[in-house]
Amino acid sequence: MTIAFDYTRSLGPVLGRFMAGLRDRRVLGSRTADGRVHVPPVEYDPVTCEPVTDLVEVSPTGTVLSWTWTEGQSSGWALVRLDGADTALLHTVGAGAREHLRTGLRVRIRWAGDRTGHIRDIECFEPGEAEATPETAEGEPVAIMTTPIRLSYRHTTSDEEDRYLRALAEGRLIGQRCPACHKVYVPPRVCPADGVAPDEVVEIADRGMVTTFCVVNVPFAGQRLDPPYVVAQVLLDGADIPIQHLILGVGAEQVRMGLRVAAVWRDREQWSFTPENIAHFEPTGEPDAPYESYAEHL
Amino acid sequence: MNTVAVIGFAQSGHSLTTSGVETLVPVIRDALEDAGLAKQEVGFWCSGSSDYLAGRAFSFVNAVDAIGAVPPISESHVEMDAAWALYEAYVKILAGEAETALVYGFGKASAGELSRVLALQMDPYTAAPLWPDAVSVAALQARLGLEAGLFTERDMATVAARDQGGDVEAMLGRPYLSDPLRAHDVARVKDGAAAVVLAAGERARVQRERPAWISGFAHRVDPQGLGERDLTTVPSAIAAGHDAELDGDLDLVALHAPFTHQELLLRAALGLPAEKIIPSDGNAMFSAGLSRIGVAAEQVMSGRANRVAGHATSGPALQQNLVCVLSSGEA
Repeated sequence: MTIAFDYTRSLGPVLGRFMAGLRDRRVLGSRTADGRVHVPPVEYDPVTCEPVTDLVEVSPTGTVLSWTWTEGQSSGWALVRLDGADTALLHTVGAGAREHLRTGLRVRIRWAGDRTGHIRDIECFEPGEAEATPETAEGEPVAIMTTPIRLSYRHTTSDEEDRYLRALAEGRLIGQRCPACHKVYVPPRVCPADGVAPDEVVEIADRGMVTTFCVVNVPFAGQRLDPPYVVAQVLLDGADIPIQHLILGVGAEQVRMGLRVAAVWRDREQWSFTPENIAHFEPTGEPDAPYESYAEHL
Repeated sequence: MNTVAVIGFAQSGHSLTTSGVETLVPVIRDALEDAGLAKQEVGFWCSGSSDYLAGRAFSFVNAVDAIGAVPPISESHVEMDAAWALYEAYVKILAGEAETALVYGFGKASAGELSRVLALQMDPYTAAPLWPDAVSVAALQARLGLEAGLFTERDMATVAARDQGGDVEAMLGRPYLSDPLRAHDVARVKDGAAAVVLAAGERARVQRERPAWISGFAHRVDPQGLGERDLTTVPSAIAAGHDAELDGDLDLVALHAPFTHQELLLRAALGLPAEKIIPSDGNAMFSAGLSRIGVAAEQVMSGRANRVAGHATSGPALQQNLVCVLSSGEA
């Protein structure tokens, strides 16, 4: 499973000017009250805690203070102190630098072709001295930068989830009973009221009653049905906790608390290890369940 | 003000699900049994974990299922190693707001890409967008220490040989993983969970013959920017050790050092001789620091030691450090 989000970050007066500088192939550092120049810039003076307003240009050439290379990678990492700065910048070192790489190596910024006001406007460092950057007027500070985050995970099911999903693949619903409070959880899980693993496996009917529901009227990205439609909590016969599912085959205005419903399974050849084996629930035509029978589940 | 002691500890070296629930159920049960407490007697619960590690929002709320929070409990969470949750619970008891507390940490690092996940704890403007992997960041620190003459690659391998077994010569013959770190310099990342039970003075004496009394407890942080720091010193560890009154009068110390050179830096910063270090068997993300304090406390509770310290670190290249000094005598 991959989750991703493009964070947009407001930069403020110091980092906004720093990023604008990178866009124009210039590196700005912040000068604090003790005269030290920080690259990347600090927004507040670490000694006096005052906001930092004094930005000065430093050289795009500097010295490697420390470096590393991971076998099989196309670039390495270095801490580089640019000429005119007192602190080190963390960035990558390009592939061509590997055989020369040592502490004390003189390196210069290789600028990215397409610069947007982002730390990645520095493509990497490479051995050598930069030529003097021509004087240009300082551009507008960058207000917002986008930092995409993308991470992948492989989730592992618990023994209880495993048992539940395997039963679903066979067209069955199961729950498990908490040994302490004797409630039957569907899907089975550690009892959140008692903090103990469930034990006895219980076969659950594929029919039950609507406890509560909502009518979805709002369209959203990825929606599979046309609004309005009903999403309900369905308390299956034999279970002590409702599951959430769709109620179809009846007008949204006719769905009500206590309505008796039954699962409509997809064709057997479509079944896999998923609750989607049940397409939706629809009314059975039985008399409504009395309020007392589901009051505890609201 | 209350005195506070550790009265129970349990840990697990594996993790079943990313939610942590199934892993925590036996760990919490065992810690409570060790402390002689019933679940209903716990006055405050506090945990340490990471949503980025679990790959889901509010994963710590999900983990509360493992407690069985009926009737409702008093609960809190830190997005850090659970050693910092222990600090929060300690302050809660010191302040008299709780008499007992159970602190737990959990993480399933193997579910995701740990070296990318850890990049997200760096500066979000100038460092994290480059995705520096955690091993490379540590390697930059190791090289600075090596080139400053603070330790050698042999010293690093000696730490690894103590914890993992193996021959130092053979280890030094192996290729670099991230130059100058070899595979043995990187603590085995584990999935896992840990729980520590705390109690206030009177209660601790009732629960246990030999509680591990907390005589000093402090944590500090160094600046966020990697290049802002002198990576060959650990000012936050020194300051935390000072505030926790860590001195040479210790039987044993459990350090939390995810990389071999970091143990060497910590030993130098805190003035600790090698023979007092309790070996470590890996780095269980978000519970390893709490485990180190638990392991140290166990030495006192079992009568094997009288005065010990546990340490935890968090952030890149030893950015944040916590020191907890424990003793058999109530302060």
